[in-house]
Amino acid sequence: MLYGLTVLFAFLLAGEMIVRTAGLPIPGSVLAMLLLTAWLLLRRGVEPRVAKVSSGLMRYMPLFFVPAGVGVMDLGPQLASEGWSMLAVIVLSTLITLAVTALTLQWLLRRQR
Amino acid sequence: MNELSAHWQLALAWLRDFPALWLVATAAVFLLADKAYRLSRHFPLCNPLLLSVAGLAVLLTLLHVPYADYFHGALPLHWVLGPATVALAVPLYLNLHHVRASLAPLSIALAVGGLTGIVSALLLGQLFGLSPASLISFAPKSVTTPIAMAISEHLGGLPALTANVVIITGIFGAVIVVPLMRLLGVRDLMVQGFALGVAAHGLGTARAVQLSETAGAFSGLAMGLNAVLTSLALPLILAVWPLH
Repeated sequence: MLYGLTVLFAFLLAGEMIVRTAGLPIPGSVLAMLLLTAWLLLRRGVEPRVAKVSSGLMRYMPLFFVPAGVGVMDLGPQLASEGWSMLAVIVLSTLITLAVTALTLQWLLRRQR
Repeated sequence: MNELSAHWQLALAWLRDFPALWLVATAAVFLLADKAYRLSRHFPLCNPLLLSVAGLAVLLTLLHVPYADYFHGALPLHWVLGPATVALAVPLYLNLHHVRASLAPLSIALAVGGLTGIVSALLLGQLFGLSPASLISFAPKSVTTPIAMAISEHLGGLPALTANVVIITGIFGAVIVVPLMRLLGVRDLMVQGFALGVAAHGLGTARAVQLSETAGAFSGLAMGLNAVLTSLALPLILAVWPLH
């Protein structure tokens, strides 16, 4: 487990350092994810020790959002004034995104065949 | 009796300063919420994250504990988000082989769908009069939570708002996908899965896995690729978008 965690943290450090040094507009953790994906492509496989830690983290992924998510309690006034608008935006935007993505892909696949 | 109450006060004061208190509380509430989710047979509104956030917010309000104190205690859990985001590389890598069979249609659908997610959130947000900070927090709402929060924080949004918006987006997408696709006449499960991954990230992918294994794989792939696309495209879009 220590090995897998060390690999993940090493990539995280590299990602954060590169983003800061080069002033890139993307989050360091995202760049780290891309770097690890590239590394997996290069070595053509996932090392079992890394795969194990990764699936362990995935399993409890929602737990790690809780501390940040609870911050919504400090947003009370904003939710009171914008809450219903926010809900409407979520519902409509999600419907549109689902429909546009599905119809585009369906049309392209039919054209290809 | 007085002595006992003095000891009790001391013990309470110690407990308030004990850093692991909110770590333990968060994990315990999450485990309970996860149990409730399973007992409800995965009813979307019983989503463990949503239940945990609601439960802890109520608990902290009742105990008059400021959010900053709670967050300080639960910080170790928050820190794990970093390596957990990096770990998303593993499922992304494992699903990448699906791309080769239909590279062009998948890339175009990803670009169109991913941009639709961002632009529709910004346009509708302005239509409904959301504040600029809310708009930035909403723009990455179709992307998996750790990445959406990182993007939101990076660009000046409210990460706590983003986290909750992302979850509600995922829940809604997972609930609505089957009736919507029936309405649109989209029967291909691979297409449904891909759309779920683009629009509704991990919660959509969890729903896609129930539809079929292929739908799940394409959903996981779409979710990973859209996270990459959004983190690259959103700073550029926001640089030219008239937020005010």
